[in-house]
Amino acid sequence: MILQTLAFYLFAAVLLASAVMVIASRNPVHSVLFLILAFFNAAALFVLIGAEFLAMILVVVYVGAVAVLFLFVVMMLDINLTELRQGFLQYLPVGALIGLVLVIELIMVLGGWQLSPELAAMAQTPTAAMSEYSNTAQLGQVLYTRYAFLFQGAGIVLLIAMMGAIVLTLRHRDVKRQKIARQVATKPGDTIEIRKIRPGEGV
Amino acid sequence: MEIGLAHYLTVAAILFTLGILGIFLNRKNVIIILMSVELMLLAVTLTLVAFSVALGDLVGQVFAMLVLTVAAAEAAIGLAILVVYFRNRGSIAVEDINLMKG
Repeated sequence: MILQTLAFYLFAAVLLASAVMVIASRNPVHSVLFLILAFFNAAALFVLIGAEFLAMILVVVYVGAVAVLFLFVVMMLDINLTELRQGFLQYLPVGALIGLVLVIELIMVLGGWQLSPELAAMAQTPTAAMSEYSNTAQLGQVLYTRYAFLFQGAGIVLLIAMMGAIVLTLRHRDVKRQKIARQVATKPGDTIEIRKIRPGEGV
Repeated sequence: MEIGLAHYLTVAAILFTLGILGIFLNRKNVIIILMSVELMLLAVTLTLVAFSVALGDLVGQVFAMLVLTVAAAEAAIGLAILVVYFRNRGSIAVEDINLMKG
């Protein structure tokens, strides 16, 4: 038990510290790398609480895809770093004040309630005992049956995001393409010009 | 001391606040703003999972997966818009994005 407590505090501390570094670091590349560290620690917290599948998803999807996408974009764009840092200290007092108020409010809200006793009976999909099925098996059992439409909706969201990203970034250079509609609609007058040329004169 | 729901919720609350703070402090850098949004979504996911485990209800984890999906889609679209914007304007400063201000 003491080990679990220590692990929680370690992972939470590194998570929050790397989150601070994400927003405070001077170089955007460092920010992305700290973001990756934050995701790893959040995944560790998920494992600690018993949600292994989401921890795996977090590492694979976030670190493997999203963070690498961020890294790619940050390195591809040639950004003027000093210009972007202007105004950081100017906004710091107001931002810190708002952040402080917000975190106090959130913790007051989170600390001020208690769970209703009949809540356990109201669970939509009660979690089975860990010894019976693993977390991944349980998720799979509900995800493809009860929440199949949600699952497919998530797939459609990803498909549209992919199409949107391609449409946005696709560049049409001067490439000769076949336009079948134009070819079909061509009339003889568009391409052939008939002139009377008298003998002995030019065109 | 037992690590319970309140610990996870506190960590998530601080993480969410850090995300908002990141948007406030880095008002010029769109990339950092996008990363702050990712941090906020991560905090929300953490909250959902913590409640899901505490209540013994699996719906929270299913919903957390949907949040992750939407977050990935948002990052892809946001970065695509960023790349197009940089290509057209040669800068990613937020303050330059005022063409449609009227």
